[in-house]
Amino acid sequence: MEETKELTKAEKKAQKKALKERMKHLKSGKLEKRDGRMGLFFMIPWFIGVAFFLAYPLGTSIWYSVNNIRTLPQGLMFRQVGFGNFTQILQSDPDFIVQLVDYITSTVLSVPIIVVFALMIAMMLNMKIKAKGFFRMIFFLPVIIVSGPILTMLTEEGAGSISAIDMNAITGAIQSFLPPMLADPISDLFSNMITTLWYSGVQILIFLSGLQKIDKSMYEAAKIDGGSGWECFWKITLPNVKPMILLNVVYTIIFISSNSTNPIISLIQTSMFSGDREKGFGYAAAMAWLYTGVIIIIVALFALVLMTRKDAYEKQVKRAKKAQKMEVRKRKKIERRNRRNAKRIEHQRAQGKITSRTTTRDEY
Amino acid sequence: MGTKDKEGFLKQFIVYALLICIGFIYLYPILHMLSTSFMTLDDLLDSSINWLPSSLNFSNYRQAAGSMDYWKSLVMSVIIAGVPTICNLISCSIIGYGLARFNFPGKMICMGIIIISYILPSQVTMIPTYVLYSNLKILNTLWAFVLPAIVGQGINAPIFILIFWQFFRQIPKVLIEASKIDGAGYFESFYKVALPSGKPAFVTVALFSFVWYWNESYLTNIYVHGIGTSSTWTSLVIQVQNFATNYSTYSSTAVSGATSLNESINMSGTMLSILPLLILYLILQKQFVESIDRAGITGE
Repeated sequence: MEETKELTKAEKKAQKKALKERMKHLKSGKLEKRDGRMGLFFMIPWFIGVAFFLAYPLGTSIWYSVNNIRTLPQGLMFRQVGFGNFTQILQSDPDFIVQLVDYITSTVLSVPIIVVFALMIAMMLNMKIKAKGFFRMIFFLPVIIVSGPILTMLTEEGAGSISAIDMNAITGAIQSFLPPMLADPISDLFSNMITTLWYSGVQILIFLSGLQKIDKSMYEAAKIDGGSGWECFWKITLPNVKPMILLNVVYTIIFISSNSTNPIISLIQTSMFSGDREKGFGYAAAMAWLYTGVIIIIVALFALVLMTRKDAYEKQVKRAKKAQKMEVRKRKKIERRNRRNAKRIEHQRAQGKITSRTTTRDEY
Repeated sequence: MGTKDKEGFLKQFIVYALLICIGFIYLYPILHMLSTSFMTLDDLLDSSINWLPSSLNFSNYRQAAGSMDYWKSLVMSVIIAGVPTICNLISCSIIGYGLARFNFPGKMICMGIIIISYILPSQVTMIPTYVLYSNLKILNTLWAFVLPAIVGQGINAPIFILIFWQFFRQIPKVLIEASKIDGAGYFESFYKVALPSGKPAFVTVALFSFVWYWNESYLTNIYVHGIGTSSTWTSLVIQVQNFATNYSTYSSTAVSGATSLNESINMSGTMLSILPLLILYLILQKQFVESIDRAGITGE
């Protein structure tokens, strides 16, 4: 008996060993791991690209920005200046500061205009109208031809604004009752209205495809409940296109910032190739970093405003929840009072002050 | 019922009126350019002529084309826009597929870097990249555009990667699994299943990449055309940028008896430079306009 038992024990051990051996090849999640490895394999070009054309230039650019660099025939000559470039730009380069302030005000002003305009056009195109394709074609056309030199040429030749509308009257009116800080960018905006509107081609299409995805039955339901078109816009359309608004705002900011009509980037270019001892690659790199910082701040600002803003629907839900909570609290209060009263009556009855049931309240 | 119909009519009327007005404003610069480009000097000075030139005058176009070296610039423009576009298509589709199909550690970080690299302006990496190119001796050659495009860092490449990612994500996994059961490897399932079904994404990316590279003047100027030492590379947009100087050298040397630079010649030059894209757009406008819809940029 004992022998057989031992034998079976040995057998069991062997079996276990064999199973373990086999399990080694059948590790769970092995396919996933291999999939992951393949994913990394597909990403190899991107990793190379990030290393050579993003990480390396970014790091070097930081290094450049704290150096004064001179281009000599033998190569680049570095001299560390710490934050010298930055202080020099901020303190003694009036051009850059003026352009930067101009850029900030004009971006902050024109981005909402472009996005709202794009939304309006998209909503009109989303209605039941004829020749939809034709209008869509017109509104997308500028995307094809908009480029720095062409725009400069057009504005120079006076095609940037319509001559039939007297722009001088409008800008004059604006300048008369607004402080010059605000009036200048706004009147600039008016005189270049067409080119500003031209930037909204892609945004219109993004909004349009977003609007087409909204379920039509929602509008019907709202109409049955007596909602007006105005209410439908705030409570159905806007919440539904909200993600696209953020997308469009970011796209617009980046587009304006990298457009070659932007004076700052040409300023960076001229200081990069300037023969000035103080300027050069290091100085331009510092400028580029300041510019980047401003862009990131603007994007963050818009993102913050758009993400925290609650729409009408959310507000209503919140209000309803609040009202519900109040109701519950009130009911609990009444219940507590009833219980208290019942106790008191019980107590009084026990003392013999009341003989009959006088209140019906305690049956609550 | 009657009042409702009336209201509908009024609304329709307002919408059409607005659309036509705004459409006119949109087209105004192009129409202005077109009409001015045909005017002779007399027409320009005559204040009674606003829109229609007295005669179709093609000499402006001839002179502008001559000063821009039109055909050569056109071919170069096509190459400068076309070759990086092909590289973009290859690299961004591979990268987008990698992001959409596989799960690997650090995927979210990769997505974050892609979005950040879109927000960062190209100026911040421009100076070291310029030095890098000049060390590699590829400055003022087409390689300066091709090299980053091959590894998915071309102009606006983050957008293209995201378009491909969005698109390949929508392909049902079952399709790829089925191909796997039929014995297809990872690469086979990529180029036999994913690529053929990703055709709309390819069209979108090809069109936008081409247009954006075509219209890029800033980086073309620095990397390919060259700032101080002008290389042989040029593009139509760059030619418009340097139109005045080009024209003055042309008119001083030409035997064709070119007139001095005026508004009409400026406008004809501009018109000539946008004409190829305009024709491309008129032919492919459906692809362009529906591209954003189909590529699913707005998907969740």
